[in-house]
Amino acid sequence: MSSMAMMMLPKVLTGPEELSVEGPAVICSFNVFGLTINFTETVVLEWIVMAIILGVSIFLTRNLKVKAVSKRQVIAEMAVEAITNLVRDTMGKRWLWFTPYIATVFCFSIFGSLISLLGVRAVTSDFSVPLTWAAITFILITWTKIRYGGVRGYLKGFADPIPVMLPINILSEVATPTAMALRHFGNIAGGSIIMGLVYYGLASASRMLHMHGAWLTVGIPAVLSLYFDLFSDFMQAFIFIMLTMVFISNAGPAEDEAA
Amino acid sequence: MDMGEAIILAGSAIGAGLAMIAGIGPGIGEGYAVGKACEAIARQPEASGAVTRTMFVGCAVAESTGIYGLIIALLLIFLKPFT
Repeated sequence: MSSMAMMMLPKVLTGPEELSVEGPAVICSFNVFGLTINFTETVVLEWIVMAIILGVSIFLTRNLKVKAVSKRQVIAEMAVEAITNLVRDTMGKRWLWFTPYIATVFCFSIFGSLISLLGVRAVTSDFSVPLTWAAITFILITWTKIRYGGVRGYLKGFADPIPVMLPINILSEVATPTAMALRHFGNIAGGSIIMGLVYYGLASASRMLHMHGAWLTVGIPAVLSLYFDLFSDFMQAFIFIMLTMVFISNAGPAEDEAA
Repeated sequence: MDMGEAIILAGSAIGAGLAMIAGIGPGIGEGYAVGKACEAIARQPEASGAVTRTMFVGCAVAESTGIYGLIIALLLIFLKPFT
């Protein structure tokens, strides 16, 4: 039980020695007109995620045929059909042109969260990423309200039903995207912190049991990882697109009024 | 570590624990919602798709307060804004 044997083992086998929770690493930062713009780890990972999504899409949609379809094409058709049906059921037929945006956010969210399985930071555990998507949703909600009600109708909506409600209406308008972003970020970041604690605890426990290397971290965290990494990632992506669709379609008039 | 810092650290830790009391509300609320959804599906199995979707969105909204508590707790533990 010499300390030499412990030192011989590589870092991966001895497990984490200390727990640290930090924001994404800043690779370099620029100074543009007095504003400091940080080029972070997240940006690099986002481009990797985009490359993965692009690669998968190109792979799945090569050689599309009408007859004698390949397995690849069946998978692609299933995915497109599923998301189209979801949009049709949630938003109604006239919002069907929205499908590509919803599918994009869903893919980006789920791949961005699942990239943490490769041992890097999840893209979505950086608050700026879900905040950006929520800001897009906010812009789309506002645009929809103006499109169907005009600028006057949009401004009048704030004094609805009585003018005293003005501050509450403004607050609820701002709270919508904030809550969406915080929910996505909180779930993914919280899950990764809990997984970090589990790994740290198990590594400490195996050090206390005088094991050579953190053997307790093999297999046991996989059960929790199933929930915190796979289920939670999928669920948050789904909830994010569901809320986006519900809020945007609610901003317009109901289906039968629109004609 | 001087006395002041120690008090702040202890206060942050206690505050983080208190912030997570916010988890009770969403727990009860979501459990109630899921129970009702189960009843609805049992009564009308053909509507299970719509019921499940609505339930998930409702659960997500009900969860926000718990997530706010979690974020405050994380801030207090890891960022230590008062030290």
